Amino acid sequence: MSIVATYLSWALLVIGGLLCISGSVGLLRFPDFFTRMHAASVTDTLATGMILAGLMLQAPTWIVLAKLIMILVFVLLTGPTAGHALAKAALHSGLKPLLPGKSGVLEADTKPSGGV
Amino acid sequence: MFTAVTIAVLVAMALALFRAYAGPTLYDRILAVNVFGTKTVLLIAIVGFLMGRPEFLDIAMVYALMNFITVIGILRFFEYSSPGKSANSETVKD
Repeated sequence: MSIVATYLSWALLVIGGLLCISGSVGLLRFPDFFTRMHAASVTDTLATGMILAGLMLQAPTWIVLAKLIMILVFVLLTGPTAGHALAKAALHSGLKPLLPGKSGVLEADTKPSGGV
Repeated sequence: MFTAVTIAVLVAMALALFRAYAGPTLYDRILAVNVFGTKTVLLIAIVGFLMGRPEFLDIAMVYALMNFITVIGILRFFEYSSPGKSANSETVKD
């Protein structure tokens, strides 16, 4: 394996790992469901893409490469779809997104925003 | 190198679990389970590379599909029989 591919895959893997963590931290710290969903689904698809691309560079045989490409396609297709279905179901059940109040300050998620 | 990414994914899964526990609304929990599922797919793929077992990728592929179907199934269940104010009330309104 050429040195360039090894270093490139290491860089992709490290960036993917950091994105994973940042997505989960965003999942924890954001004030409202819809902001959390944004944090989770954005980094989900990107971190998965980065890590799988990093693995692709180190794939020993082309079969492994084909499987990795299929996994990447599956996740990139199903991730946003699941996110959309989740947001539609949440809005449908009356969960209001956290819009800035009159004072322009986002209230935290402590008070029940009419949701479930 | 793979161990570093495995630890990162495990930390991400732990944080997602905490959101699943602390999530105020039901949909936070479903979101956390969804994030946990996609991270599991990654973990299986990375551990497959770590231990030199290429057949793990088949498991990761199946798991990616199952995760999606599960999330859609849960949403379909809760979309029409919304748990209402008391989460454990058995009465389905419509």
